[in-house]
Amino acid sequence: MVAFIIRRIVQAFLVMFIISSIGFAIKHNVGDPVWQITGISVSKAERERIREQLGLNDPVYIQYINFLKNAAHGDLGQSYFYKKPAADVILDKAPATLELVLVSSMIIVVLSIPLGVYAAIYPKRIFSRVVMGGSIVGVSIPVFLIAIMGVYLFSVHLGWLPSFGRGATVNVGGWRTGFLTVDGWLHLILPSLSLSSIMLPLFIRLIRSEMMEVLESDYIRYAWAKGLKKYRIWFLHAFKNTLLPVITVGGVQLGITIAFTILTETVFQWQGLGFLFMEAVERSDTALLVAYLMFVGMIMVVVNTVVDIIYGVVNPTVRIAGTK
Amino acid sequence: MKKLACLALALLIALSLGTAVNAKSLNLAMDADPVSLDPQVQLSGGMLQYSHMVFDPLVRWTKEMTFEPRLAERWERIDENTVRFYLRKGVTFHSGNPFTAKDIVWTVDRLKRSQDFKGLFEPFVGAAAVDDHTVDLVTKKPYPLLLNMSTYIFAMDSVFYTGTDERGLPKDAIVKTGYSFANVNESGTGKYRVTHREQGVRNVFEAYKNYWDAESPGNVDTIILTPIKKDATRVAALLSGDVDFIMPVPPQDYDRIAATDGVKLATMPGSRVITFQLNQKRREEFTNPKVRQAIVYAVNNEGIAEKIMKGKATAAGQQAPEGYLGYVEELKPRYDLAKARKLMKEAGYPKGFECTMIAPNNRYVNDDKIAEAVVSMLGRINIKVNLKTMPKAQYWDQFDAQTADIQMIGWHPDTEDSANYTEFLLMCPNKETGYGQYNSGNYCNPKVDELILACQSETDRDKRAAMLQEVERILHNDAAFVPLHWQHLSWAGKDALNILPIVNVMNFPYFGDLVID
Repeated sequence: MVAFIIRRIVQAFLVMFIISSIGFAIKHNVGDPVWQITGISVSKAERERIREQLGLNDPVYIQYINFLKNAAHGDLGQSYFYKKPAADVILDKAPATLELVLVSSMIIVVLSIPLGVYAAIYPKRIFSRVVMGGSIVGVSIPVFLIAIMGVYLFSVHLGWLPSFGRGATVNVGGWRTGFLTVDGWLHLILPSLSLSSIMLPLFIRLIRSEMMEVLESDYIRYAWAKGLKKYRIWFLHAFKNTLLPVITVGGVQLGITIAFTILTETVFQWQGLGFLFMEAVERSDTALLVAYLMFVGMIMVVVNTVVDIIYGVVNPTVRIAGTK
Repeated sequence: MKKLACLALALLIALSLGTAVNAKSLNLAMDADPVSLDPQVQLSGGMLQYSHMVFDPLVRWTKEMTFEPRLAERWERIDENTVRFYLRKGVTFHSGNPFTAKDIVWTVDRLKRSQDFKGLFEPFVGAAAVDDHTVDLVTKKPYPLLLNMSTYIFAMDSVFYTGTDERGLPKDAIVKTGYSFANVNESGTGKYRVTHREQGVRNVFEAYKNYWDAESPGNVDTIILTPIKKDATRVAALLSGDVDFIMPVPPQDYDRIAATDGVKLATMPGSRVITFQLNQKRREEFTNPKVRQAIVYAVNNEGIAEKIMKGKATAAGQQAPEGYLGYVEELKPRYDLAKARKLMKEAGYPKGFECTMIAPNNRYVNDDKIAEAVVSMLGRINIKVNLKTMPKAQYWDQFDAQTADIQMIGWHPDTEDSANYTEFLLMCPNKETGYGQYNSGNYCNPKVDELILACQSETDRDKRAAMLQEVERILHNDAAFVPLHWQHLSWAGKDALNILPIVNVMNFPYFGDLVID
């Protein structure tokens, strides 16, 4: 287990290194940050001086070496727009995104498991057909559209829910949370529903088809033959094996969900990482851009590591390489 | 857990109390919030809007483009290079320090060091204090735009910003990309103090209780400024009642807002002109005035203003809009397709030619749609245009490098004066003087340069107007550029807000004077 985790940490560093070089390679194509931090009437000479001061005139490899040197000390560079270290900005915005992803993951888990299992056990019932039909519709509407429609229906038309932002937040030891206020929860409803709308149908379908396959397998037949109670068969024996592929896909999808927050957060002016990334691209805030990519890369590595560990726990036949 | 519950309860009570007290507060949504608290760190519309809330200028523009006394009660020209300002007495900064002539001297000195403002203040020698409440602004040569520039002199608290902060850094440093004392602290004389700032999320402004302007009818004590980047979200926030006032308003939602009960739309003509420049260095054809004229005649800019801009733009036949010194009544938009075709034939290009065009897609209102429309209009005189649009983050590099034959640029003069358009867009490009910095058409007419340089030190208003109008006529006849339209400005808010009295063509709403019924 220790060897496994050490290997993963080494891998994480490698991934971060690759991501940072890709980030560095693209940052020169997102535009010149100097245009974004000066008024349009500023003279060319003045702009050139600023560029020199920021070290933007150095060759790219020197800039990259300087970046790596600083990164080794935990300094990912300065965000031009926020006028703060990029890492601080990321950490500041991370809670918003993590809370959003957490809540929509909960929605997905709480809804997809019972619905998927139900549809697998009673595939012919009308409710199952409605769920499956609905999931087709859900998976084919873009998250962006769902978000906009949600705002127009629930905020503009009915006036039940707030249309944008995180609402009142409470600072708990540097973590700005929206979980502790009613206002914060109200603001969470629409964004988390629209974010989960993309993954929910997928998981319902995945769980259903896996479960149906497991229910056909031999050991389940034996279980029936042995006269086990049906709930024990469904929810203990069959469900456990259904979960295996779901966990794998879920791990990957969690990363994708973080990426999907870009759309959701932009529509709802949700001040998280996805929104931050959009803005950083538009403002050519290159340090922030690279820092974001590295942060998301790190989350992906961590999530995948956790998924591998959980996988081993759920299915003892799959041993994590390196453990005895 | 109990602690957390208490905290949540306390917050709820605080929130409900906030709404119970009958103070007028304004929930404001803009597309961005101020990038800094330092009014001199960047010259942009957003920063000037902020400056008018938290600081006061010597004088400010009225809606009619005249000057209104603010920190200066009156002023007089004492010699050809000097204007003397008599400052308001009894004004204090948010820190409590009294406002004196020394602060103006300090502010002007700092403006001359600011990377963004030093260009505008180049004609100035500086400010000199005569006594505590009298200050002279001295220019190098007679300067007709001295008062225009005084609208940028937002008094900063010289005592507050002098010395070093707890990090040992000078408090007066102007830093664009990192920490500085002035970026995160403010002390101005303006109506509002910044009481909470979470950049990009929420900014709270509270009225300063010792504010000098007791005559202002404004009754807003608290302004909560939230940036909402996405147009649709900003509009939805207004329609759902989450915010009271939004700017800018996307044109596609004008009708919707106008038709909704409880909210209203306010628009007025603006001075930002949208143009295309025809690069004479890249294309031989464009050196021929007939080709340039043919293009101007082929572009139906009234149609663009009507259809694409939904009537919220005024088709232009020149650079400066009505009300500017250089405006010439008879220079109208000149769409005439038959004439355009005839001119192409005369120029020797009846079969037309092929060329390239670039335009931004998120800088001006409907910029990419306008460019597409112009492409199809030029197709009618057989000019085949290959258009590329891109986000503004990439656009200016391309514009500067002149990577296409036809390039779009919009311009709003910082000086609110006609000459500024020509200085940046159409004077002969000159690296040393910096004139023609955005002249990607490489149009160069010595007569135009001569007139503009002469009017820079012409203080006689009528003579100056005559010169500027001559410039517009020459540019018109030469078809030096393709004028499209002046963008209108738009704001929208709840019915209780009296928006029209506080807005102006510069797009700095004077929120201090806002009355909410």
